[in-house]
Amino acid sequence: MEVKNLATTIFRIPEVEGRWMVMSGLAIVCIVLIMAIFAPLIAPYDPTKSSGEILEAPSMKHLMGTDNLGRDIFSRIIYGSRVVLMVVFSASLVSMSIGVPIGLISGYFGGKLDRAISMLMDSMYAFPSLILAIAIAAVLGPSVVNAVVAISVVYVPTYFRMIRGQTLSLKSRLFVEAAKAIGAKDTRIMGRYILPNIVTTVVVVFSLSVADAILTEAGLSFLGFIVTAPTPDWGFELSAGRPYLPAGYWWMITFPGLMVMLLSLGFALIGEGLSEIYAPGRER
Amino acid sequence: MLLDVKNLKTYFYSKRGVLRAVDNVSIGVNRREFISIVGESGCGKSTLAYSIIRLIDTPGKIVNGKILFDGKNLVELSEEEMRKLRGREIGMVFQDPMTSLDPLEKIGEQIVETIIEHQDVDKKEAWERAAILLEKVGLSGDRVNYYPHQLSGGQRQRVMIALAVSLNPKLLIADEPTTALDVIVQEKIMDLLEGMKRENRAVILITHDFALAADRSDKIAVMYAGWLIEFGEADKLANEPLHPYSEGLISSVPDVWEDRDIKPMPGFPPDLIDPPKGCRFRPRCPKAMDKCINEPPTFSVNGRIVKCWLYGENK
Repeated sequence: MEVKNLATTIFRIPEVEGRWMVMSGLAIVCIVLIMAIFAPLIAPYDPTKSSGEILEAPSMKHLMGTDNLGRDIFSRIIYGSRVVLMVVFSASLVSMSIGVPIGLISGYFGGKLDRAISMLMDSMYAFPSLILAIAIAAVLGPSVVNAVVAISVVYVPTYFRMIRGQTLSLKSRLFVEAAKAIGAKDTRIMGRYILPNIVTTVVVVFSLSVADAILTEAGLSFLGFIVTAPTPDWGFELSAGRPYLPAGYWWMITFPGLMVMLLSLGFALIGEGLSEIYAPGRER
Repeated sequence: MLLDVKNLKTYFYSKRGVLRAVDNVSIGVNRREFISIVGESGCGKSTLAYSIIRLIDTPGKIVNGKILFDGKNLVELSEEEMRKLRGREIGMVFQDPMTSLDPLEKIGEQIVETIIEHQDVDKKEAWERAAILLEKVGLSGDRVNYYPHQLSGGQRQRVMIALAVSLNPKLLIADEPTTALDVIVQEKIMDLLEGMKRENRAVILITHDFALAADRSDKIAVMYAGWLIEFGEADKLANEPLHPYSEGLISSVPDVWEDRDIKPMPGFPPDLIDPPKGCRFRPRCPKAMDKCINEPPTFSVNGRIVKCWLYGENK
């Protein structure tokens, strides 16, 4: 009996793996969220003021060392998570609330409108996301709000393409046809029959696009398009620490870089895990 | 007459050419009448049904003809007028009950939403009505709280019928409603459809099962390659088919009681983009003559309509 149970557990790897991915992703994201919310309680020093010698190596006093102005890097990373999360979440929410309805309408009604929107979205999608974001941010000028605009524009096509595709396959399903045959309005078919059936896709695309948006945000921040000194932001720290790396002061860029990677990984794990769990069940 | 289809042409426009799925079909349905439309797959019977309720999607189009329903010409109605008429005047039941209900909604909700959208009733009354409708189709009323996956295929088809008649339409179109179900369940669903006549409703059944059609309907319409080739009272048509194709259909039905040889018809229905010249059944017809190189007109023989040169003299 024991052996058989073990075997079923082992052979159902996809489901177990999916769950494991979601749980570990959630753990990472939750840790960063707690860091951001309780920053004043967790951070040992003021992130914008000098609290020791300049360029101190990591020690018990400064867990991740200090930067070129003697500020505690650990504290700066904790406060930096606030900017990252705010920019990335609001940008992703904006692109979701634009991309999902457009994808739904375009896929459902089809025709010339669909062709026009698809062409526009595809031409946006053709640009690498970071390049497009830099171009938009450069035009709008550096600020947090402009960074949100730049990043949200970049990810609209991602939502659009997924939702349009799902809508196309759902609208040919018989229950949509049946709803039409009893005289349901188009708005109700989209809202009550199609949308609930694509919610799982929206959740998955959201997690994956957040993971990608974190990297884009770090890129914009690195180039100075989001915050100005002394506000802490991970990507910004990277550019500040870059000149000191050749001299052997590795801690200035290592820790912010690790954090960008870790948070992006967290969202990617959630997204991949969820799609792993949902994909087999989608075709019921 | 409740429904009077006149010279209906529904064509599909593809890259290969024009597919004449329904070509010049005229058919009349009276109130309280049960009519079956039979024919092989791809002969245009479903397209005819979808044309009547105007659910033909591009690249399909109603090119010509009239669909007079209760005095209104459905071909001329706007999409919005047509939407209001669907469900309320004409209900439809689909072939596959497994996928024609929304998997995420309770069956009661789907019926209630339909009732509330079309009629001026409050939620509570709509739920009561949903339960009554389910009881009418032979399910217990508390099934309103079930999700589609909790029901069997036969039960789901009952729900579909309940949904289709929830607004009390005058005409119910059933597109192969029992094809996905077993014979016992099929009998019960057919009983249910036949019972619709008592509620002052006309029923159009689309089926490829000639025996089923002969057993249940008042009239049978036989379609072949987009043409209506024979139309008349079910008993007469089943016992004494006029068109060679009807004859072929009947002799290819196996009979359990009688030790009769099944005669399968040779060949396949033609490509509707490039149909044979003249009579479309000519290449498969055992009685084909020289005349058949021209398209046969529709003859009326003892109240029956038949599209075949064999009956040219009788006129």
